[in-house]
Amino acid sequence: MTSRKVPEKLIEMTKENLAPRQPTTATTGLSRFRRSRRVLPGFLPTLGGTLLFLSLIILLPLAALAIKAADLSWADFWMQISDARAVATYRITLTSALLATLFNVILGVWLAWILTRYEFPGRRWIDAAVDLPFALPTAVAGLSLATLLAPNGLIGQLFAPWDIKLAYALPGMVTAMVFTSFPFVVRTVQPVLADLDPQVEEAAAILGAKPRTVFLKVIFPAILPAVLAGATLALVRSLGEFGAVVFIAGNLPFQTEITSLLIYTKVAEHEYEAAAALATVVLGAALAVLVVMNTIQGKLYRRLHG
Amino acid sequence: MRPRDGYVFNADTLHAVWLTVLAAAVAVPVNTVFGVAAAWAVAKFEFPGKRLLTSLIELPLSISPIVIGVAYLFVFGMQGLWGEWLMEHGVRLVFSVPAIVIVTTIVTSPLVFREVLPLMQSQGTEEEQAAISLGANGWQTFFRVTLPNLKWALIYGVSLCFARALGEFGSVAVVSGAVRGGTNTMTLQIQLLFDDRVQTGAFAVASILTSLALVTMALKTWVERREAKAFSAAGDGAE
Repeated sequence: MTSRKVPEKLIEMTKENLAPRQPTTATTGLSRFRRSRRVLPGFLPTLGGTLLFLSLIILLPLAALAIKAADLSWADFWMQISDARAVATYRITLTSALLATLFNVILGVWLAWILTRYEFPGRRWIDAAVDLPFALPTAVAGLSLATLLAPNGLIGQLFAPWDIKLAYALPGMVTAMVFTSFPFVVRTVQPVLADLDPQVEEAAAILGAKPRTVFLKVIFPAILPAVLAGATLALVRSLGEFGAVVFIAGNLPFQTEITSLLIYTKVAEHEYEAAAALATVVLGAALAVLVVMNTIQGKLYRRLHG
Repeated sequence: MRPRDGYVFNADTLHAVWLTVLAAAVAVPVNTVFGVAAAWAVAKFEFPGKRLLTSLIELPLSISPIVIGVAYLFVFGMQGLWGEWLMEHGVRLVFSVPAIVIVTTIVTSPLVFREVLPLMQSQGTEEEQAAISLGANGWQTFFRVTLPNLKWALIYGVSLCFARALGEFGSVAVVSGAVRGGTNTMTLQIQLLFDDRVQTGAFAVASILTSLALVTMALKTWVERREAKAFSAAGDGAE
């Protein structure tokens, strides 16, 4: 694509430069690397440096975790991860993360719609504020939400007379997860909505489609891949969220204890084998969600764009 | 906590501020160099396994920080791969300041890359090719052509990385050992104060972090408007 616009002379020059360096017995793989070096310098140092750094900071720790988990016998591993308290944390984490993601999809699409389709005073402020959860430390979010939603807090006291518990219960945990993963759906859906050609909607409307039909049959299929992409990121983030949730959850085993916290507790109690087993489960779950959602998204995208 | 010293300006909190800033001061430059170098390799060249590499770089965003902390312990901790060897040589990389610095770097490693990559990709390689064909060397091309084009995305990426580095909590909680005044960062100090029911103190420390987050947001908004303006100006000129 880019070579089209490169001056002929330059291509000739670089070909001449590289010609003697090309080994005659180069494998296809190697020559692919060589060809990409033709014009711009710095490929091998930057890629090499990236791979080295990644190996040190990501692959090495994850390998160490896998080795530690593999040290356990299968029976021990199973015992650790199927422990009643651990299973309760999976249920609690999954329930609140799924609920939070559901809220985020609905709220996110709604807000993305408003931000792209309407011009109103304060629109830019709201647009800017969407990213706040990315910049605000999760511990600060957790602290503020816990204080607001506590039974004597500003919002919590409105619900207290009806005996509805927000903080130290599921609603509070879901709120914390919604807050920390809120930008994902908005930010993935927004550009797709902005790119959507209004003529298609107009055509549908002229042909007699009701607004609901236009949304379901025209707009929704177009934004679905983006919604799923955002939902994936939000779900994975919520499953792994720690900072915001520990402040608000109350952290009672079997009731409001999330898996991340149980791992933390196991480390604090020097039960490293349990921590390794549980961390493997959390890591595996996150990777599984990423792979499954990416596959679905790829299929949808192909169906949409042929 | 001794309120008579003030909630912010007491020794424990100031030490936490110092540690947090130290962690960010290492993590941000390291990840800026890493992010730009990785984005250069990914955006400017074609090679097999590029998508896999990109997913791998962005992986820390999807892994629970607790898992990152635990995995770190299994490399450098006593029960880890290299723990005993390091211990014999008198190097202590867990429950210490270096541990906080290193996990903060790991957790925030994708942030500059993520902000810089889309822009680098959309800008293509033509300007760089022109510079090289006119005789510029690699560094000249990077500093005079690529970097000025990236400036604003880079500034936002760096500020996001800084904000996240200051606010990192989960992974740091695992590896720091949370010794009061010893290895306590600002977010850990907030939790400590919250658990001690010193609400005012917790909010005082939180407000420092919140102001930094707001500055980051303001910067981002400003950068985006600048970019939008530059974009529409370029569009008017070309079309």
